Amino acid sequence: MSGTPPPRRGAPVPERGSSVPEPGSPPPARGARTPVPGRDPGLQPERTRLAWRRTTLSGAVAAVLAAKTALQRDASAVSVLAGSLTCVLWLGLLFLAHRRITAVAASPRPAALGPRHATALALCTVAMAGCGAVLIIG
Amino acid sequence: MIDFARNVRLWFAPEEVRREGGTPDYRFSLANERTFLAWLRTALALIGGGFAVDQFLPDLSGAWRVGLALTLLASGVLCSLRAVNHWVRCERAMRRGEDLPVSRFPALLGVVVAVVAVAMVAVVLVGWEG
Repeated sequence: MSGTPPPRRGAPVPERGSSVPEPGSPPPARGARTPVPGRDPGLQPERTRLAWRRTTLSGAVAAVLAAKTALQRDASAVSVLAGSLTCVLWLGLLFLAHRRITAVAASPRPAALGPRHATALALCTVAMAGCGAVLIIG
Repeated sequence: MIDFARNVRLWFAPEEVRREGGTPDYRFSLANERTFLAWLRTALALIGGGFAVDQFLPDLSGAWRVGLALTLLASGVLCSLRAVNHWVRCERAMRRGEDLPVSRFPALLGVVVAVVAVAMVAVVLVGWEG
């Protein structure tokens, strides 16, 4: 449970840093005979995961402000609908982020984001703004 | 603008994007993804700003308040649509090994945000009410 696990018998102990490219050096060309590092030295998947988290957090701020706007008005049916739709859209944002985070975590060399995934995320944001316009005008 | 319309098709066509060129290093794709997410956060912040103007400047006359809020919401919409468009263009350029696309949008957005900020300061200071 604690400490570093003992090296497996017979397995050569990799020299620390031997397989890690210099920071700032260009990534190895495809097909080049470079040892596969255990993890990305630039922590790119982790940074990407945190970027998704920050994005859902920004969405949460927008959703909370939308809910405040919806509840403050005389709570007409339209504004309640628009406010709850914004919260649903935020859940959609969370779902998209969760799917991408699991995909990135599943592989040491994750595939690029799909265009539909990116478009869905942008359309969620646009729909949030649309709900906002309804809330503010209504 | 014509370019934009042509790219909209690519937003929904993953196989078409993947057909071109070769797969770039995954780190480049992840970096492009993070840039896209940063622009999307900018869009969400603009939308949140629209709500904030509406909520936290209640003394403002209705037209100004709604006008400023809608301007911020509209710039949020533009920002998010442009984010996905720019992401697709960068992804294609990387696959083809071309230069990354340049854009006037950051300058434009900067000017719009500056104008809105100045307008807001002026409106709040002068205190145009009702």
